[in-house]
Amino acid sequence: MLELAFKGSKRYYGWMTALLAVIGVGFGCYLWQLSFGLGITGMSRDVSWGFYIAQFTFLVGVAASAVMLVLPYYLHNYKAFGKITILGEFLAVSSVTMCLLFIIVDLGQPMRAFNVILYPTPNSILFWDMIVLNGYLFLNVVIGWQVLEAERNSVAPPAWVKPLIYVSIPWAVSIHTVTAFLYCGLPGRGFWLTAILAPRFLASAFAAGPSFLILLCLIIRKLTKFDPGKEQIQTLAKIVTYGIIMNVFFLLCEVFVVFYSKIPEHMDHMKYLFVGLHGHGVLVPWMWTSVSLMLTAIILLVNPMTRKNEPVLAVACLCVFFGTWIDKGLGMISGGFVPSPLHHVNEYVPTIPEIIITMGVYATGFLVLTALFKMAVSVKEELSA
Amino acid sequence: MENSRRTFLKIAGISALGLSAKPVFNAFAVSEEHGGKKEAKVLPKKGALTAKRWALVIDTTKFKSAKDLEPIIEACHKIHNIPVFENKRHEIKWIWEEEFKHAFPDLENEHINDRIKSLPFLVLCNQCQDAPCVRACPTKATFKQEDGIVAMDFHRCIGCRFCMAACPYGSRSFNFRDPRPFIKETNKKFPTRMKGVVEKCNFCSELLAEGKQPACVEASGGALIFGDLEDPESEVRKLLKSNYTIRRKTALGTGPSIYYIV
Repeated sequence: MLELAFKGSKRYYGWMTALLAVIGVGFGCYLWQLSFGLGITGMSRDVSWGFYIAQFTFLVGVAASAVMLVLPYYLHNYKAFGKITILGEFLAVSSVTMCLLFIIVDLGQPMRAFNVILYPTPNSILFWDMIVLNGYLFLNVVIGWQVLEAERNSVAPPAWVKPLIYVSIPWAVSIHTVTAFLYCGLPGRGFWLTAILAPRFLASAFAAGPSFLILLCLIIRKLTKFDPGKEQIQTLAKIVTYGIIMNVFFLLCEVFVVFYSKIPEHMDHMKYLFVGLHGHGVLVPWMWTSVSLMLTAIILLVNPMTRKNEPVLAVACLCVFFGTWIDKGLGMISGGFVPSPLHHVNEYVPTIPEIIITMGVYATGFLVLTALFKMAVSVKEELSA
Repeated sequence: MENSRRTFLKIAGISALGLSAKPVFNAFAVSEEHGGKKEAKVLPKKGALTAKRWALVIDTTKFKSAKDLEPIIEACHKIHNIPVFENKRHEIKWIWEEEFKHAFPDLENEHINDRIKSLPFLVLCNQCQDAPCVRACPTKATFKQEDGIVAMDFHRCIGCRFCMAACPYGSRSFNFRDPRPFIKETNKKFPTRMKGVVEKCNFCSELLAEGKQPACVEASGGALIFGDLEDPESEVRKLLKSNYTIRRKTALGTGPSIYYIV
């Protein structure tokens, strides 16, 4: 089946080459980081996690959102999703690939990464994150591949795939829950020390992932002979609507608790993000952009008139995706580190090489995504031909 | 042919997975009582200072200005090969000074007396009884010794910096670049670090093993007192009994081993 990813149009090869070029540049910068150390990034003693870990967190959400296709199809027998479940699973595969790469590029000593397996430490949440992420990658690769191959051969998937599919549903929830536990179990980090962090992560995931999938579906329809379907896109849109409303609701819950209780250790982070603290507020415009994007999206999505209009829906999905990306990919991690536990305000801004490495990882993810989607779409085209 | 190659790959894949999972299963097996192979016990060196739980009392009444703290910080940073960087982002420090409001942000008091307000406080790793960094470390590179010291294995650390996020006292530093060219004078008796690993105060375990007091205590002229918290006859216990002391962020339940007489 892999051969399908090697047969494509000029445009396909052009896109893949462009991605490879970005990967090449990113890898070059990574080699520089490897020889100099993480000092080429904007991270510091006070803000010891930055852009990489933030992207990792955001993408775990995108990966987990595959469950929003798998669950209706396999548990509720919602047939329409049968056509596009594979897209969700392959999106999960590429997202988890990026997550793992982001962890690797964030390590100070990546060649020692296997110490996590050689000296397994069950009391560390990172140990569990390693297990759930790799497990989820494995599940989606196997399930996606088997189901697509069966579809290609016009036979039912082997019976042993079914239990794996059922396992993959709670597993999807687990990857984002464990990722939230990385942060929310830390004493002295008031911004993250909230039991709602995992639910909030899941809500934003179920908004960001499906909104990205809608955009991908629209692109696929435009570029290929495979139509993911109007109904499918509309159902996804409803999922995005609930997801983004939940996410904003959870954010408001946080805002209430933090500002009504007025406990400085919790409130100051929120202040830093939304109004600035002691004259520092590099993220303030970003955070308000995020809030406005999410609110705009809610207006466009709740209203059936605008939701059913696909070009408008595409705009709404872009709003959801970038709104949640700023929220998680920029604010969530820096926001937890500023102010520091000693209440110093040392801000974080990613450096150019850091951003290039990040783009390299994203390009790798898109390369995997394009190849997998190419395979899936080619199979669908073969069958309808 | 095709089929046998496929079978071979399958079996090889499953075996590889099984082999890499073995240490993981071992971890769970050993944690059960009866999984017990006996581990070799390391006996303390002859003449070494030992304790059930080492603790430090900092008598801040003996300090007047930042000048009094300098030799203490200098002594620690010198013997532990701490580099000096111009870029503040890359800063490494094991023991340093903070204003009261930063050392004790939860004890904020705008009408605090002038002495405390202007007095610099020494801060360092609290050698917590229940250390969040030990809990967070995914490789046991940060671990608790039998004498209560939270120690580090610089050779095992993968540089994930989970411990830095976990520490509520900002006591940990990361080697953002190779520190060696920035060490003024290398002390051959203590290892230098490489880039990409975390480090922090180790309560001078290496000196205790030789029967010596920690460097900061030696350099403090009696303002810092070191001893066994579990020994009712120790000097630290006597001081704690006769003086009012505070510890940093006790509400978090970490159980710091550094006490401040204020």
